[in-house]
Amino acid sequence: MSSSGGQAASKPRTLLDKIWDSHLVLPEAEGVPSTLYVDLHLVHEVTSPQAFAELDERGLGVRRPDQTLATMDHSTPTEPGLNLVSLGKKDPQAARQLEHLEGNCQRHGIPLFGLDSSKRGIVHVIGPELGVTQPGTTIVCGDSHTSTHGAFGALAFGIGTSEVAHVLATQCLLRSRPKSFEIRVEGRLPKSVTAKDLVLAVIAKIGVDGGTGHVLEYSGSAIRSLSMEERMTVCNMSIEAGARAGLIAPDETTYEYLRGRPYAPRGEDWDRAVEAWRRLPSDPGASFDRQVVLDASTLEPMITYGTHPGMAIPIRSAIPTPEGLEPRQRSSLDKAMAYMELEPGRPLLGQAIDVVFLGSCTNSRLSDLSAAASLLKGRRVAPGVQMLVVPGSQQVKQQAEAEGLDEVFRSAGAQWRESGCSMCLAMNGDRVAPGHYSVSTSNRNFEGRQGPGARTFLASPLTAAASAVAGRVADPRELGHLDPGLGTSTGASTSDRAVQAGKEVV
Amino acid sequence: MKAPDASASRQALFARPFESTVVPLLRDDVDTDQIIPARYLKGTERTGLGEGLFAGWRYLSEGQKDPEFELHQPHFQGGQILLGGDNFGCGSSREHAVWALMEQGFRVVLAPRFADIFRTNALGNGLLVIDLSAESHQELSRRALAEAPFSCRVDLSNQELQWAEGGRFSFQIDPFARGCLLRGEDRLGYLLAQASAIDAFEVNHPFRPRTLLKIADSGDGDSGSSARSES
Ligand code: SF4
Repeated sequence: MSSSGGQAASKPRTLLDKIWDSHLVLPEAEGVPSTLYVDLHLVHEVTSPQAFAELDERGLGVRRPDQTLATMDHSTPTEPGLNLVSLGKKDPQAARQLEHLEGNCQRHGIPLFGLDSSKRGIVHVIGPELGVTQPGTTIVCGDSHTSTHGAFGALAFGIGTSEVAHVLATQCLLRSRPKSFEIRVEGRLPKSVTAKDLVLAVIAKIGVDGGTGHVLEYSGSAIRSLSMEERMTVCNMSIEAGARAGLIAPDETTYEYLRGRPYAPRGEDWDRAVEAWRRLPSDPGASFDRQVVLDASTLEPMITYGTHPGMAIPIRSAIPTPEGLEPRQRSSLDKAMAYMELEPGRPLLGQAIDVVFLGSCTNSRLSDLSAAASLLKGRRVAPGVQMLVVPGSQQVKQQAEAEGLDEVFRSAGAQWRESGCSMCLAMNGDRVAPGHYSVSTSNRNFEGRQGPGARTFLASPLTAAASAVAGRVADPRELGHLDPGLGTSTGASTSDRAVQAGKEVV
Repeated sequence: MKAPDASASRQALFARPFESTVVPLLRDDVDTDQIIPARYLKGTERTGLGEGLFAGWRYLSEGQKDPEFELHQPHFQGGQILLGGDNFGCGSSREHAVWALMEQGFRVVLAPRFADIFRTNALGNGLLVIDLSAESHQELSRRALAEAPFSCRVDLSNQELQWAEGGRFSFQIDPFARGCLLRGEDRLGYLLAQASAIDAFEVNHPFRPRTLLKIADSGDGDSGSSARSES
């Protein structure tokens, strides 16, 4: 039976279809894409200045400042105590960019969580945390990891600066309907195997361009049992498989997370919203353009060895050898091995490292920090290894401090920073030195992503913490958790606490 | 080289066919961090990005160009057609990647396949991206290397690539993008013209984030329209 109310007779629709159809201002016509309405537009300092300038050139205003939200994250400093004035001396260009955003938001009446706001943070962390990310909506941002918000059953995707201007001026985009791709993951994740490992395994399976032209919908029992923070990690990396967006159907976990958050509906509005959200999941029998199935119970902690996120292996496996690879993969492998100074056929386990970065919109939420802290408690970061812990938002930072996680990190010898993108894209001065190796919980291991010449291994917070202690790439399953009270990566308890802590007390 | 500005997308850039040297950059999965690293994104304008183009690959050390790098080889100088590998432009949504390529003088990128966001960004700015079949890509790659400088004629109107000796490929392109590039139509203008349809849509559309402005305005330094002042 169709769950979409009065449309029982119509063709079963996917979650993507339902969101798409309900946001069409004008449908696609011969040779013209459809006009798609945008509910929420998130803005940050790096990809917006030229868009505001275009509005000025054309004498246009912002159509819906009340559906636009800005924050500072990409070029913001993470050293404690820095403000715009001191930043102006240290990095005048970054300061100018932040001032630009401030001025543009003021002029157009756009709410901004600026440098001194307690609600500031990475744009994809604060949207969900504030409850502004809601099921069934369309969300865009001049940032490719906007796919993160798909964890709530929102169609969320990254756009370039020209389209940022389109949305500012008209709240709409010209778009053709993407294809749908179901990623079904059944079974239970083994202990110490996290959402990050799951999504790295998905990308390794379908390839970095496997999702091109598609929206991924993650389904199956393994996905259903993930917490919201874990679902965000999964959807976040959809773009690393080439898909602009990833979706997970909303369910009780979603509603439980959202209830009581500052921007979530209240009272009767809440009841009405949940009723509508319950109609969103793909109808039984809805068909997808493509489908793959994975078994979660066979997964292991994953780590990347190369220069794109699809070059990932189970942590105890060896780097592939060129024999038997397709020509395209072989040339990628050669290029990656030269850049990384690694040898094919050799295991990565035990590879000496210089840096550990715990942060980014992929893995910087409270449950990520707790998971890493559970391994670091009572241990030390290995001599010669620099570990940077950068919470995803100021609120995550406060919650972590309330739980004493900052102390765990500090006593282990790690640096505890203010929120921001930091070493994920190395634009604010936090960077990995040329030739150095970093285990990072971020999402991209591209050449130079973490700084010119930097070499990145992407992994989960557990693997990052275990590697920090070992001073080498390490398997978190070998270290064991010292303090079960601090939670594990897949334990619902941690995420639930995260949910509670983030809520506004009404 | 002329830097692109926001109005580039409003010019009929491809109304007439043009011919130029094909510059081969035959690497797969060229991501936008390679096209322009994040440290070059600190400006607030669309210009000044050419220097950062492929920065990780084209310099031996600070400011010292690698003469071996494809873009620096003498017979590729001035080429306006870039021939890339598969999945060109993957990664970040930074439109700076497109601006940097255009600032360097590129008008067309040919590749077996492009990443979604890069494709939209490119076409929206008047950088023509053309998907090549595996065979076409192979043949052009071979010629671009063996016959350098190999020159190609791009005819968007007839959707054809042509070269001497009567060689030609036809290509597919989204009809809306083609129209925009041929006639200089303006996407934002096109959307603005739909204002009344958008008005009508908004009347019945349910999403309103709860009192967005009020919350952002309240307390603890959140600025919104209420200014925080540094000066
Ligand atoms: S944390 Fe990294 S991936 Fe996420 S928004 Fe910031 S720069 Fe982009």
